Parts: sequence; structure tokens; C-alpha cells
Amino acid sequence: MVKDKKLKGLTLHFMPYSEISKLETVERIKKLLRIILDNKVVILQGRLKPEEESRLIEDTMIMIGNIKGFKGVELAVISQDSETKTMVDRVKFGLAKALVGQQDAITVIGPASIVKEMKKDPKKLEVMMR
Amino acid sequence: MAIRILKDFTKRIFNIFFKKRKQISLGFYGPPNAGKTSLANRICKDWTGEEIGKVSNIPHETRHVQFKEEVEIKYKEKTLKFKLVDTPGIATKIDYEDFMKFKLKKRDAQKRAKEATQGIIESIKWLDDVDAVIIVLDSTENPYSQVNITIIGNLVSRDIPVLVVANKIDLAKSDLKKIAAAFPEYEVIGISAKTGKNMEDFYEAVFRLSKKV
Repeated sequence: MVKDKKLKGLTLHFMPYSEISKLETVERIKKLLRIILDNKVVILQGRLKPEEESRLIEDTMIMIGNIKGFKGVELAVISQDSETKTMVDRVKFGLAKALVGQQDAITVIGPASIVKEMKKDPKKLEVMMR
Repeated sequence: MAIRILKDFTKRIFNIFFKKRKQISLGFYGPPNAGKTSLANRICKDWTGEEIGKVSNIPHETRHVQFKEEVEIKYKEKTLKFKLVDTPGIATKIDYEDFMKFKLKKRDAQKRAKEATQGIIESIKWLDDVDAVIIVLDSTENPYSQVNITIIGNLVSRDIPVLVVANKIDLAKSDLKKIAAAFPEYEVIGISAKTGKNMEDFYEAVFRLSKKV
């Protein structure tokens, strides 16, 4: 039984990697943040590069100060555990990543005003809503 | 692995012949309230007798990067000089209302939130100016947060050596094994910055880390 009736609707925006693969870092971040500002949770096929993730955090911080009611984002990435990969798989994975980006992951990003918390452990991701 | 060993070896040889560092810039990174300033204070007190900054139970107490220059640490008759760079905790969200739960007035909470967002940006910018990093984690908390992974990912892409410190091992809820399992590729040292527990092992690990710079 659901006790909390505050959540009236939730939009999940699935984004295939091909939608951002040809964009520059700034454009990628803009595209994601635009959807998040629309109060939607983005489920991105693949993941951002580490420097893009930090850029996303920086841009988010700038927006907190400038957009009323915006409190930031919740972010989590689920990917195949590299420890389970053999050496050959790791080399193949590294080559594929360099060529087409890391697509064997799922990135979930949502506005902190809607997503209360994302709890991750190696095998599962729990998304707690407000 | 072989490439990494070769890379480290080349870097070390280059450093021996061409670089003479005056001091190693050692950054303290991690999520808010993990104990970065407490650890930096502990080191400063141990070796200089002074503290680097104020600590508090309210998150985002450190909202500007703080430094301590020329901190000489001795271990087994060897001495190394460090510039300690204590950074604000990195987070993906800041809500001033969270600060009001700590009895801060609305205006003060809003001011703190604004400063905290600027502090996070400052922390990220500083990633380009540190030689080695100590990631400070609260060992009573879940280590699998994306912020931790993002910080480490950025350090790896910049080829900056990393030591993971699991702080607060004096607390009953502390789970050092969980932290070590989350970061199998890194050396993890459990300490208590508050009580000073295991600081000898920590200094030994810092010297090992410095060799990778």
C-alpha cells in the first residue's frame, strides 16, 4: 500500500547514447540539464566521461544559485564490474570505449527536488523519490 | 598492468633527473563531513602544532580551499615536505533547508548553501593543481556514491596518484572492509582523525603515495 500520495507523476526520459555521442561536452551537459530542469529523470544509455561528470556537477552548482527552486541532482551509474572481466575482455573494452564511448552502462540522473536519494551497492540501485 | 608499471617507472626516472620538487601538493578530497579537515588538522598538529581549519557537525563547514604550506612529515628518518590542500566536500545537490535542520536561521542557511556551491566548483578546479590526492571517506557510510567514483575517475584521467582513507574507524558502525571492497584497485587505510588511531600506518602510506608522484 502506498501511503505517500505526494508523487503525482514521474517522467522517465530514456536517452540512447547515439543522441549525445556526437555532441561536445558542453552540449551534452546542456542537453541533460535541460531535461532535468523539466523535472524529468534521465536514463542514459552509457556514461559520461569523468571530466564530463565533474563538469555536470560544476554546472549544477552554478544553476543552484541562479534557478529558483533548483536544489541540484542525484546521479548514479551502473556498469559491468571490471573485476569480472578477463584481461582480453579489458583490452577489447578499452578499445571499444576509446572508439565509441562507454555504452555498457546506465546513468540515472534526476532533479534533487524529485529524487530524494539514489542508494547504490555493487549489484543494485535504489532510487528513492520525495 | 604492464603499461601502468612502465608508465610509473618512466615517470619516476623523469622526476629523478628533471624535477626537483620543493614540496608535494597533497589534496584532501571527498564527500562532505567525511573528515577531510579533521585529518588535515591532525597532520598539521602532529607536524607544525597548528590547525588548518575549523570543523563542525554541520555539512559544508569548509567552503573554501584551505592550505598549509611546507609541512614537513618525518617517517623512518626520511623527511618530505608537503603543501596540504584541504578542499570543500563535493556533492551533487545543496539544499539550504538541510542546514536549517541544524538550527541555522534561513538567511544564514541560504548564505551557507551559496558558499557551499561555490566551494564545490573551487574543489573541482583544484584537481588540476595537486600532485597527489587523499580521498577521505566516512567508513560508516555507503562508499558506492557517484561523487566518490567521479572524483576518482577524474584523478585517474589526470594520472594523479590516490590513497583512500577510511575515516571514523573509532565508531561502531565503521565498515573498513566495505570501503576496501568498493575500491579494490587502491590502497585503503583505516584511521580515526579524531582519536589519532592508526596514524603511523597512514604516514607510511603517504610516503608510499609520494613515490608515485
